[in-house]
Amino acid sequence: MRRGITATALVAALALAATACGSDDKSDSTSKSSGELSGTVTWWDTSTAGSEDKVFKKIAEGFEKLHPKVDVKYVNVPFGDAQNKFKNAAQAGSGAPDVIRSEVAWTPEFADLGYLAPLDGTPALQKQDDFLKQAAASTKYNGKTYAVPQVIDSMGVFYNKKIFKEAGVEVPTTIDQLKSVSKKIKSKTGKTGFYLRGDDAYWFLSFLYGEGGDMVNAADKAVTIDDAAGVKAMKVVKDLVDSGAAKTDATDGWDNMQASFKNGDVAMMINGPWAVADTYTGKEFKDKANLGIAPVPSGSVAQGAPQGGHNLAVYAGSKNLDASYAFVDYMTSVKTQAQVTKELNLLPTRTSAYAEESVVDNEIVGFFKPVVETAVERPWIPETGSLFAPLVTEYTKVLTGQTTPEKAVKTTGASYRKLLKGWK
Amino acid sequence: MAVHTSQSVAKAAGDDVARGRSRGTGNPPPPGKLRRALSTHWYAWTMVAPVVVVIGVIIGYPLVRGIYLSLTDANERNVARSIGVNHLPATYKFVGLDNYTDALTGEQFLGTLGWTLVWTVSCVTITFALGMALANILNRKIAGRSAYRMALILPWAVPGFVSVFAWRFLYNNDRGLLNKVLAGGGIDGIDWLGDPTVAKISVIVVNVWLGVPFMMVALLGGLQSIPSEHYEAAEMDGATAWQRFRHVTLPGLRPVSTTVILLSTIWTFNMFPVIFLLTRGGPGEATQILVTQAYKFSFEVSPRDFAQSSTWGVLILVLLLIFATIYRRVLRTQGDDW
Repeated sequence: MRRGITATALVAALALAATACGSDDKSDSTSKSSGELSGTVTWWDTSTAGSEDKVFKKIAEGFEKLHPKVDVKYVNVPFGDAQNKFKNAAQAGSGAPDVIRSEVAWTPEFADLGYLAPLDGTPALQKQDDFLKQAAASTKYNGKTYAVPQVIDSMGVFYNKKIFKEAGVEVPTTIDQLKSVSKKIKSKTGKTGFYLRGDDAYWFLSFLYGEGGDMVNAADKAVTIDDAAGVKAMKVVKDLVDSGAAKTDATDGWDNMQASFKNGDVAMMINGPWAVADTYTGKEFKDKANLGIAPVPSGSVAQGAPQGGHNLAVYAGSKNLDASYAFVDYMTSVKTQAQVTKELNLLPTRTSAYAEESVVDNEIVGFFKPVVETAVERPWIPETGSLFAPLVTEYTKVLTGQTTPEKAVKTTGASYRKLLKGWK
Repeated sequence: MAVHTSQSVAKAAGDDVARGRSRGTGNPPPPGKLRRALSTHWYAWTMVAPVVVVIGVIIGYPLVRGIYLSLTDANERNVARSIGVNHLPATYKFVGLDNYTDALTGEQFLGTLGWTLVWTVSCVTITFALGMALANILNRKIAGRSAYRMALILPWAVPGFVSVFAWRFLYNNDRGLLNKVLAGGGIDGIDWLGDPTVAKISVIVVNVWLGVPFMMVALLGGLQSIPSEHYEAAEMDGATAWQRFRHVTLPGLRPVSTTVILLSTIWTFNMFPVIFLLTRGGPGEATQILVTQAYKFSFEVSPRDFAQSSTWGVLILVLLLIFATIYRRVLRTQGDDW
């Protein structure tokens, strides 16, 4: 039965993978009694590699100047992998970082699984009232605070002013206009009007909110994705692609979107402040003034973009909690936030940071600040981090013609109800 | 000739075992047989022991644990975990065969199984046909034969994930070489990985490309072991090239080809990297095979569903065991020795 053994080994390897994942990453223990902090703080950053990561690495290592005995280990983990990578390491009990940059939706989930250290009363949480209410909302779970807001963001339409001028069009404010503008751009310049990201459901939210829908309604404990609004939103995105107004990809969406926008092959995309630094590296945006940003076009009911952002959370199993708390405080201080805004155009989470000169003068912040204030907040329940996986599968299926909008939202709704026991 | 001797030895040994066994069930063995066997062969047991222990730890334990998990409702939220000062006990419970009933009565498992079978059969068939053709070409005396052989073995020498990422670049819609070539010829680009049907063909192409070298080398070895006298005799009898291929080459390759087909089937059935790295099972779930879906349950969705993932893993194992058993039996009835 040699073949039997081969097959057994394959299945066993699969099972083994569940336990064998995560590399060993030793954190030095620290002397807690003396006033001076020491040891290693490993930080998993998820910012855009190639542009944002350089700045964050520099800032993080600045912490070593304040605390010479602390060694900051900066690790850039691709955003798409970070959620699972952290869960693998945290569950295995080895290899997890001391501090993680946790997306807002992941924070309640990690807290619920017991992976995060509560921060109330620790040095990590200074002047809690200073944080924007919206930014702080995702850090609270079961009456405790599990993270400190690092940046807040939302989405807008990024457009190439040169192409718009060439085609003689104005920035669209509704989806109908988006279609007609795209058509005009195509006929005048031969370029595609709009890039619709098809492999990430986050990019679908503006369209869903635009039709008056949402994924779930936490107040009523109801799944709402399979309402009429959900169907309508799926129809809208499908129509954008089918009519040729938009192009999309089922794989490598982020890279293709950025590449085609930066090269001037596409005139518009929906994106957030985290893409600004990367977009400026493109040849079309050597002259930064060529990048225009406008609110996302409104649907038939409303105009809305999701509120997002990132928090810094401390791993409950960190061997170096004191230094980690101090590091989180340093990374979310007014001074650091102002520096991040100056170099990367990201939005601070502290009210007082908005008084800083470099923040006041920043055009990108000036645009996104009102957008963030009106952005649609998601429900901060532990399952928030689980809502995208079923949706993205169906969303891509709709865009590639494998299912109908009606069936897609029905399937998504069914998996949400399986996840959220007892919800309507 | 070496092939023949080894086969007859194996056959004799097999017969012996069979006879021994039937006698064993008839009359109980004389007492002390085990002890005698141990005292005669103790060195053999000692030699094997480390291997048995290692296999037990790295294969046996996970396998048993996987089967156990498939009978529970274990997921990320209810398994035991200890994070720093937090120690959370396991709260999952035994649910019997519920997971298997769900998998086998639901659409998802059967749907994925259907595509997995199409994927396996088409990959193995095409790979085998191409490998056979190339092996026959390279078995002739042609100019630059070793250069061709080197070139054709190259896909095998490159690490799998490197090849797959290279293909992913080739397939890219706007920046990929394939679409640039098409555009140069005035043809509209093809959405290689975005269209469900095309994506299925694309993943098969990559897997065939990766699998041909193995087939070719194995079959080339088989071809070289066919005595040239057989061909000479066939030629004397006036057999055409096709007849020689049909009646000399194919039967001569039989021992090699049955083995490589079996191996290739098992490998392709569980070919994780090609699907995962190329499309992640997408668009939607169009190219998802059983193993990538099992991985998805365990690592990509949240909360991560360990029970369902193990269930699919066990079902994959069962399917492959059934396949291997039937395959062996068919070969045996056709007169093959193993």
